[in-house]
Amino acid sequence: MLQLVSNNPEFHISDKRFYRLAQGVGWSVVILFGALILSLIFSSQESIVKFGIGFLWDTSWDPIEEYYGALTFAYGTLITSILALAISAPPCIALALFTTEICHQKFRGILAFLIEMLAAIPSIIYGTWALFILAPLVREVIFPICNKCLPAWGIVQGPSFGLGILTSSLILAIMVSPIIATICIEVFKAVPVNQRYAALALDATRWEMFKIALLKPGAKGILGGMILGLGRALGETMAVAMVIGNAPEISASLFGPGATMASVIANEYAEAVDDLHLSSLNYVALILFLITFLVNILAKKIVKRASGMAKQ
Amino acid sequence: MNTYAWRKLSKQLTMITIAICGLAVFVPLALIFFYLLSNGIENLSWNFLINLPKPPGEAGSGMLHAIVGTICLVFISAVLAIPWGLLTGIYLAEFRKSKLQSSVRMMIDLLNGTPSIVLGIFAYTICVKPFKTFSALAGDIALAIVILPIIVKSVEEILRLIPEDIRHAGLALGVSRWKVILFLVVWGSRKNLLPGILLALARSAGETAPLLFTAFGSMYLSFHLANPIASLPVEIYNYAISPYDEWHQLAWTGSLVLIMLVFILNIFSKILVFGLGGKMAQRA
Repeated sequence: MLQLVSNNPEFHISDKRFYRLAQGVGWSVVILFGALILSLIFSSQESIVKFGIGFLWDTSWDPIEEYYGALTFAYGTLITSILALAISAPPCIALALFTTEICHQKFRGILAFLIEMLAAIPSIIYGTWALFILAPLVREVIFPICNKCLPAWGIVQGPSFGLGILTSSLILAIMVSPIIATICIEVFKAVPVNQRYAALALDATRWEMFKIALLKPGAKGILGGMILGLGRALGETMAVAMVIGNAPEISASLFGPGATMASVIANEYAEAVDDLHLSSLNYVALILFLITFLVNILAKKIVKRASGMAKQ
Repeated sequence: MNTYAWRKLSKQLTMITIAICGLAVFVPLALIFFYLLSNGIENLSWNFLINLPKPPGEAGSGMLHAIVGTICLVFISAVLAIPWGLLTGIYLAEFRKSKLQSSVRMMIDLLNGTPSIVLGIFAYTICVKPFKTFSALAGDIALAIVILPIIVKSVEEILRLIPEDIRHAGLALGVSRWKVILFLVVWGSRKNLLPGILLALARSAGETAPLLFTAFGSMYLSFHLANPIASLPVEIYNYAISPYDEWHQLAWTGSLVLIMLVFILNIFSKILVFGLGGKMAQRA
């Protein structure tokens, strides 16, 4: 790549000025990022001082007693996100296989367009749909079936109002599907054609070829896509806040209500008058930020390494 | 059954299973559209677009304030984010590699992955708390930070596709370097830059979480930066979680309007990329 602008002393003064301007803009992004982290830390200072790191494994969230802990929300965030990935990954991998290997080339563009549409729907619309359509479906159809079939596992307890962990996981699964499907399609496309022919030449059927030539070498890339999806699911706010039931409790039942880190912020932030309440919510946001930060770095590393390997 | 026949049968069965499982991903998409249309269309009238909200029980309630609010928020956040994103994208694509450059790229990536509600909290801390009032400006800042990484990434990607020859040609004519970048490279690729920016606008039109406690929402038409302002997503949220059936209807209709807005922006950007002929098949 030709690098037009640098700090070369021979350059004309206007070029040097432009260089400095753009460098300043680059610094502004660094400053923005630093300010984001610092403002999160400073605004949650009161809560950090009072509860310390124990905030992470304290289950009580009591604005009246002024005692706060984030474990309930961390649990809600993790369980809904992981369930969402488990629900979403198999059909997404199947969709990627279908797009790259099975369907006619003509339809690939249409499928890619549909995936983009799924990604373009705002989360509030997913939330509205989940609240009015998916929640009654869970209450009327899925809950009775699960109640009959899996009574002994302890994951189906109590009545279902339709709002709860499973409903949130389902809507999250729909919302992360475009991310996982897109990455899987990219991973499968990066696999050299010869690898497919080699498998077929060894008398593998197409399904066996998928397993030998695509799924196994692409496993890391698929994992990276799933972790990127996890990053999205962890931070998803509106759709979850509308259907999770917003009760700060840890329930083993899939149909019980819960709350996630993002949903508690969405619900309580505008109404938090008390300083400690607000700073505890900021503390929750800080933890959420750090978790998504780590998840995203991890996903980047895995995807990068996997796509590098596939190209070799 | 011999092994060959069994393998052949199992192959066909797995192909069909894969196709069904894969296409199942689009079932929710179809259902969402079906319910949005069937529930939203009956209230969608001229009144809905030009009236202000009325108390539950009165007919003719509308969402003019939210539609105007969303347009204001998107416009001003775009005014904040586009120059910033454009310059950052230029910095990443055209400049000599440096430590600052790679750390800016990493931070843009991380900002892109940050939950929008956390960015909302940032806007709250720097803009709502010091002035002690929810304001449209805080919402604009939050949305600008949400769309900044999207703009930067698309600008960088597009500028990297411009052939070196263009830059060499400019330099050979004695054009100074910053003019080559701004007037040849960037201005010359304006048609390719626009789709990415439109997608970013579509994203900011649909964002809810960072607006809940920054722009907050209001029941009136508002154009002032220092006052709270309504937006379609937040109004949909408020109507959807309210106990009144009529307001649920309004939430559906609002959703229909919002998704039309978002999809018009999306389709417009697709048309810019592929032309009206719809050369979709070429991309995959």
